[in-house]
Amino acid sequence: MTHKRVLSLTLNGKNRQDLVPDNMLLVEYLREVTGNTGTKQGCDGGECGACTVLIDGEPHLSCITLAATVEGRKIETIESLAVNGRMSALQRAFHEKLGTQCGYCTPGMIMASEALLRTEKKPSKDTIRTALGGNICRCTGYVKIIEAVETAAEEVAS
Amino acid sequence: MTEVLPEFRVVRPATAQEAAAAHRDNEGARYLAGGTDLIPNVRRGIGDPDLLIDLGGIADLKKIEVGANGARIGAGVTLAHLAKNAQIAAAYPAVITAAKSIAGPGHRAAGTVGGNVCLDTRCVFYNQSQWWRESNNFCLKYKGDTCHVAPKSTYCHAAYSGDLAPVLLVMGAQVEVTGPEGSRTIALPDLYGEDGQNYLALKRGEFVTAVLLPKDVLPTVYEKMRVRGAIDFPLAGVAVALRRDGDKIGDLKVAVTGTNSRPFIVEGIEELVGGPLSDEVLDKIGDLVQKQVSPMRTTLVAPFGRRRIAAALARRQASALFAG
Repeated sequence: MTHKRVLSLTLNGKNRQDLVPDNMLLVEYLREVTGNTGTKQGCDGGECGACTVLIDGEPHLSCITLAATVEGRKIETIESLAVNGRMSALQRAFHEKLGTQCGYCTPGMIMASEALLRTEKKPSKDTIRTALGGNICRCTGYVKIIEAVETAAEEVAS
Repeated sequence: MTEVLPEFRVVRPATAQEAAAAHRDNEGARYLAGGTDLIPNVRRGIGDPDLLIDLGGIADLKKIEVGANGARIGAGVTLAHLAKNAQIAAAYPAVITAAKSIAGPGHRAAGTVGGNVCLDTRCVFYNQSQWWRESNNFCLKYKGDTCHVAPKSTYCHAAYSGDLAPVLLVMGAQVEVTGPEGSRTIALPDLYGEDGQNYLALKRGEFVTAVLLPKDVLPTVYEKMRVRGAIDFPLAGVAVALRRDGDKIGDLKVAVTGTNSRPFIVEGIEELVGGPLSDEVLDKIGDLVQKQVSPMRTTLVAPFGRRRIAAALARRQASALFAG
């Protein structure tokens, strides 16, 4: 019989409590228990970054994180970024600069970029490349992705 | 990799002693730090623990203290936090270089100092899915009886590839470990053994709680080679510590990761101390590294390449440090 626990955490600004098995991954919890399917499962082994979410503001890989280990922490997913139903500056920049092709890596790319832009207001190209070093785009749209992050940083700064 | 996780329980002790007690009381227990290596392995059917002891709730393991006698870095400090620590950056900058170079940002935010120091050895025949390993009759490191890298070998050749260890080795670090029988401090070289299966000299239930660095360390640099500029483990990584006295080498130490089942200090280097750093001496450093590394077919990159990479990194860094 799978051991379960009551998991309390803050998800996208709201406190929640859910009954989760000890062996449940954070990505499964987000997608299947809370219905936030914006977070994607890619390689399923911490190698591609598609499942990136923020835990206490830092980018983490939800496919290699156990839900049981994030008790009491603050989780943010792609669903938290839109403001009053409108895309955030970062989301808009990915859309307008064509930083999104098939879109599968996009939620992870955007969450990793979001973590960067919270600490670096005007990141250089190199800094952006390092911050997105753990995110793989199989459409290889990296040039446009980096342009999108630069555009968002400029828009937020102005 | 689509395997679901096996059934296990997770406990989150508040102290190292409680963690050790939980381990003592459960035959199938394993310690869980950042989980960036352990969770993918468990998903691949490696380990099959009954109980994971999450060390993330132990506040004492998350401290970095830099004082008059050196530094104490808690094993639970994440690589991302270590990389941002100003005191470590001032006193031990090569530790920061190594920490920043590990995997990708998502791994560094979760991965810990203790986890990296104790990183499981890796091999193309081991880090594979259950069906892949099963169809190959498993391997000596886990569930099998043959090392596919060296079929006649009586021990496992999986490679150790932690990035912090070579830097900590040339700095003369020690590690503090805690287990059911209490705590002890051991010199870092004594933590490792040249067997990919039993690469850590820890007793059952022991885990690393802190890394201790001496106050004075030599000027040190770290560099590694890998297939891509992020995420990948090192094919070879080399730390060099060198002090220059006038035109002579005042002190010199070289340590290597990624090529053997343990990170190690290159022997014979001490004989070069007191002499100049001529091209001949650089050749000698390269030769000593080439002779002591033993890369096997544990990665997709050919062993002879990794051997030469390690030697080239050692030469280049010694030269750069001497030039100042």
